[in-house]
Amino acid sequence: MRRLPGPIILSGGLVMVFLYFPILVLMGLSLNASTMGVAWKGFSLQWYAKLLGNPAMIEAAVNSLIIAFTSTSLSLLLGIGTAIRLEQQQSRHTSWMMAIIVLPLVIPEILLGVALLMLFVLCQIPLGFGSMIIGHMVFNLPLTVVILRARLRKMDPAWEEAARDLGATPWKVLTCITLPMLRPAIWGAALLSFTVSLDDFVVTFFVAGPGATTLPLKVFSMIKTGITPEVNALSAILVVVSMCCVGLSWIVHQRANAQSSTPSSS
Amino acid sequence: MNATVVLEHVTKAHGQMVAVNDVSLSMKSGEFFSILGPSGSGKTTILRMIAGLDVPDSGTIMIQQRVVNADPPHVRPVNMVFQHYALFPHMNVFDNIAFGLRMRPEAGRNIRQAVERMVALVRLDGKSQRFPGQLSGGEQQRVALARALVNRPVVVLLDEPLAALDQQLRQEMQGELKRLQQEVNATFICVTHQQDEALTLSDRIAVMHAGTLLQVGTPQEVYDQPASSTVARFIGLSNSLSGTMTRLENNVCWIEHEAFPTLMARYPSGAAAHGPVTVMVRPERLHISLDVPDKGYDNTLPAVVHHIMFHGNEMAYQFRLRNEAVWTARVPIGETRRAQLAIGQAVYLQWAVHEGLALVP
Repeated sequence: MRRLPGPIILSGGLVMVFLYFPILVLMGLSLNASTMGVAWKGFSLQWYAKLLGNPAMIEAAVNSLIIAFTSTSLSLLLGIGTAIRLEQQQSRHTSWMMAIIVLPLVIPEILLGVALLMLFVLCQIPLGFGSMIIGHMVFNLPLTVVILRARLRKMDPAWEEAARDLGATPWKVLTCITLPMLRPAIWGAALLSFTVSLDDFVVTFFVAGPGATTLPLKVFSMIKTGITPEVNALSAILVVVSMCCVGLSWIVHQRANAQSSTPSSS
Repeated sequence: MNATVVLEHVTKAHGQMVAVNDVSLSMKSGEFFSILGPSGSGKTTILRMIAGLDVPDSGTIMIQQRVVNADPPHVRPVNMVFQHYALFPHMNVFDNIAFGLRMRPEAGRNIRQAVERMVALVRLDGKSQRFPGQLSGGEQQRVALARALVNRPVVVLLDEPLAALDQQLRQEMQGELKRLQQEVNATFICVTHQQDEALTLSDRIAVMHAGTLLQVGTPQEVYDQPASSTVARFIGLSNSLSGTMTRLENNVCWIEHEAFPTLMARYPSGAAAHGPVTVMVRPERLHISLDVPDKGYDNTLPAVVHHIMFHGNEMAYQFRLRNEAVWTARVPIGETRRAQLAIGQAVYLQWAVHEGLALVP
C-alpha cells in the first residue's frame, strides 16, 4: 500500500480526535469508580450494575426496543412496496414522488416534532407508544425507501424479465427474484432504521406520552439533576449498540455489492 | 402451413424512435431462423415482442395459430436466452435450470430428473451445485440454454447468444447450438449482428436495417441474391461502384460509368430497369491480371495496388480505382506465387458477368 503524506495523516488524526474523543472520554468515565466529577478513582463496573438493577431503566430500554422494532418493521413493509412500485412505474413524476418522500430527512427534526405533536393533539390521538411509533416512521420510512431504491436501480431488469419469461407470475417474480435479491438492502435498511429510531431524541421528546420513556429521554431527564456516572454508563451502552448496528449494516451492504458484481450481472 | 410464429404488420416505437416498422415474418416449425442486422435495427425488439416483454403498437403476433398480443410472458410457450444470460445469482445451476419447471404446477416431482437430463445435454455434469459467479462465460451460456430448453418451449429465442464469448468459444458454441436445436426439435429464433454466425447456423435469415425488414431467405439466397446494396454490404459484398444502367437483357444489365469501360453484371431483382445502380463484386471473386487483361472475363477495371495484407491462408490486396474507390481482392495463398504484387503496381481487376451483381442502391 502507498504511504500517505504526513500532513494528510496528521489532519486525518485530528478529525478522528475531534469526532471521537468526547465519546471516548464519556466511555472512560463510565468505568470510573468516583461518584462525582471527573477525577479518576480506579476501574469499576458498579455504574453498569446499578443501571441493570434499576427497574425504571430496564423499562425505558424495553420501551426503546419495542418502539424501534415496531417502527422499523412497519417502515420496511411500506418501504419495500413503495420502492418497488416507484422503480416499476418509471415516469416523469417519479423524481417528484421521490423528492417528496425523502423530504422528512432534511426537514429540521424539531419542526417535525412540533408538527407531529400538533397533528396528534388535533386528531385526538393519545400520546404514547402509538404516537412514538408513528413519529419514528416519519424518518424511518424515507430512509428505507432511499436505501432500497438505490439497490433496485442497480438491479438488472433482465433478471425479472427472465423470470417472467420462464413462467413466473408477477407474485412469483416478487417472492422468488426481487425480494431475495433485495435481501441485503432490506437488512441494511432495517439495521439503520433501528439505530436511528433507538437513538432519536427530538421527535420522541415531543410525541412521548406519560409512562412511555425511551433511553435517550431517560438520559435527558437524568442530566437535569447533574451528570452522574450512571448517565455515562447508559450513554456508553447506547453508543456501543448503535455502532454495532451501523457496523453490521455496513457489512451487509459490502456483501451485497460483492454479490452484484459477479460476472453474471455484467 | 406449419408456421410456429407469425408476425403481421408489426410496428413498435420507443418514444420518438420507431424500432420496428411494419414487419411481417413467419417462422416455420423446427427451423433455425436468424434475424441479422446492425445494432439498433430493431431485431431485439422483435424478439422481446415474441417473448411478450414488449407489446407491439400495432399488428398481430401469432404463436401456433393463436394471437398472443395480450398474453403476458409467463403464459407464452416460448423461452428466451438473454444476451448476458440473466442467470439468477442467488441460485445455483440446478435451481436456475429448475426455475421454469417449479413455476408450473403440473411439473410435479419429475423436476429433478428433467433438470439432470438437461445438465447432461448441455454437458455441465458435476457443476449443478455451482453458482453463476463461479462459472466461465461458456458455462454460463450453457446454463442459460438449459434453463430455457428444460421447459420444452415451442420456440426458443436467442438474443446475441454468442456475442459475450471469445472467438474460439464462439466457434465451439455454434456447433453446440445446432446440435441442441436438432436434439430438442424446437423452433430457434436467433438475433445476431454477425453475418457468418447467421449464414452458418440458419435455415433462413431475415436481414433488418433501421427497423425495416430488407430480405428473408435461405443463407444461399441472401448470399447470392441480396435484394439491395444494403443487404449486400451486410453480408460481405464490399466492392461497389455506382453507375447508370443502360440496357437489360435476360437478367444481365449493362452499366455505364464516366471513368470506366462498360460493365456487365447480373441484375436479379427484375425491378425497374434503367437508372442508377450499384455494381458489387465479392473480394474472393476478383481475378488480378498483371500486364495485359486476360481474355475470357467480361469486365475489366484498371487499378493500382494500394495495400497488401497477409492473412495466413490467403492474401488480401487493396486497390485504388480511378475514381478513388478502394476495392479488395482475396487470393488463396497457393495462387499468389505466380503473381507477386508490389504496392504502386498497375493491374487489371477482372470478373465474369455472373460474378458481379447490379443492385438498386
